Amino acid sequence: MMSRVQTDLVNVPRVEAKSILETKSLTRRFRTLVAVDQVSISISQGEMFGLVGPNGAGKTTVIKMLTTLLAPSSGDAWVAGYDVVHHAAQVRRVIGYVPQLLSADGSLTAYENLLIFAKLYHIPRRERERRIHDALSFMGLDEVSDKMVREYSGGMIRRLEIAESMLHRPRVLFLDEPTVGLDPIARKAVWDHIQRLRSDFGTTILLTTHYMEEADELCDRVAIMHLGKIAAIGTPSELKASVGEGATLDDVFVHYSGYEVDSVGNFREVSRTRRVARRLG
Amino acid sequence: MLTAAFNFTTDTVTIAELEARKLHHDFTELLTRAVQPALWLLIFGEVLAQIRAIPTGQLSYLDFMTPGILAQSVLFIAIFYGIAVIWERDLGILHKMLASPAPRSALVLGKALSASERGLSQAVIIYGLAVLIGVHINWSPVSVLGVLLVVILGSALFSTFSLIIACLVRTRERFMGVGQLLTMPLFFASNAIYPISIMPVWLQAISRGNPLTYEVDALRSLMVIGGVSVYGTVVDIAALIVSTAILVLIAARLYPRVI
Repeated sequence: MMSRVQTDLVNVPRVEAKSILETKSLTRRFRTLVAVDQVSISISQGEMFGLVGPNGAGKTTVIKMLTTLLAPSSGDAWVAGYDVVHHAAQVRRVIGYVPQLLSADGSLTAYENLLIFAKLYHIPRRERERRIHDALSFMGLDEVSDKMVREYSGGMIRRLEIAESMLHRPRVLFLDEPTVGLDPIARKAVWDHIQRLRSDFGTTILLTTHYMEEADELCDRVAIMHLGKIAAIGTPSELKASVGEGATLDDVFVHYSGYEVDSVGNFREVSRTRRVARRLG
Repeated sequence: MLTAAFNFTTDTVTIAELEARKLHHDFTELLTRAVQPALWLLIFGEVLAQIRAIPTGQLSYLDFMTPGILAQSVLFIAIFYGIAVIWERDLGILHKMLASPAPRSALVLGKALSASERGLSQAVIIYGLAVLIGVHINWSPVSVLGVLLVVILGSALFSTFSLIIACLVRTRERFMGVGQLLTMPLFFASNAIYPISIMPVWLQAISRGNPLTYEVDALRSLMVIGGVSVYGTVVDIAALIVSTAILVLIAARLYPRVI
């Protein structure tokens, strides 16, 4: 496993030249709580970037601001050169987004789910069927495309959602906790598909996770978030080296997040995560 | 400008298509909705028709009441439609919609038309019930099309109102409370099952500000033989269109708040 990660990193050189996503002192307050505190990151074209941290660290809030769902309290952010506040419409055209919650519509078939989104993204009619077909076979769902999504397993739903978010060939893809609640085999399948997305389409991917092995396996660079701030940022090997000889990313996580059990997260979040897990069950 | 209008229309239709596909998969839901209007017409209507207590002009009480019950069942479906949006928020579907390039007003109007699809199914059911109990239906094509148009407008109006409430209260529990609080006053402070003229003056004033009154007034003039409009059918329809447009604009502004 380790050696594979290393070769991946060699095969995918970091493109320093052009940043496709940038935030400057990005901040979001909810009344007295500072959910995201002066976050400044820069992500290069084609990079796979991981935001890691315990529940309540502010990862999802960062994603919501970058996907224009939530306005920043202060600071700036640009996606593909567009300001997320002043050019929100342009930003929405170039991004793909898979929310943390299971967002495929269970009362429709997979094909219908994709069709509706192909239409919302104005994919030309003559191109639509081909894109949908390609997306389904890319995710290994072509056999079950006419089944109702409520009969899908959790891993299949996730793959469908990622397929949906890629229909319009976004330049930046946001994956919020893509494997939360999945069993190890389904998780591995989702990982493989995410990696193939990047190699086939060169999509820049920002993902959040609280699984260290996921960040280690997938990401070129990782930022560890703690209480709304970036506590550390670097390649997985840089981060490990910064903590000490033989450290794992788990050690890095504990080191930088000062993680204490029960210190963060709230009832609503826990109930959401459990609900997602139950639906995936 | 023209492209924007075209895109707006296709986005709206896409959202409405989503609902049509869902209804196509689950038809039984529509049928269970037939129970309530049936009870009103068959029990309440038949009993009140016996005692002849309500002055309904030349119309029999059942003829008078049937358009009111159509408006009522459309209202009851539409006023709880906002809960679908809270549900979609809880599932994450709404997040994806709002991160797509579709304009918010198209998402809202699409939702309104989705509610209209359900409203139209009610119209079909109530036409059927009305025939069963011998209501004198006006079958001229213009009248029937007029009824369907008013049902579409009425559903869109009250479902958008419901969407606004959903954006403000944001949880299912609070929404159910507010929804129940609103339904009965909207229904009783209208001309649905009795004419406004028999109300006390203060209630008459409220009823004239209630959009349901104009919906019922238009339906009464179109749906049954001998039905007359108090305010004028065109005025009624104009009132419905204007109120719906205003509510859609408000809802489009509030929509992202539900997240």
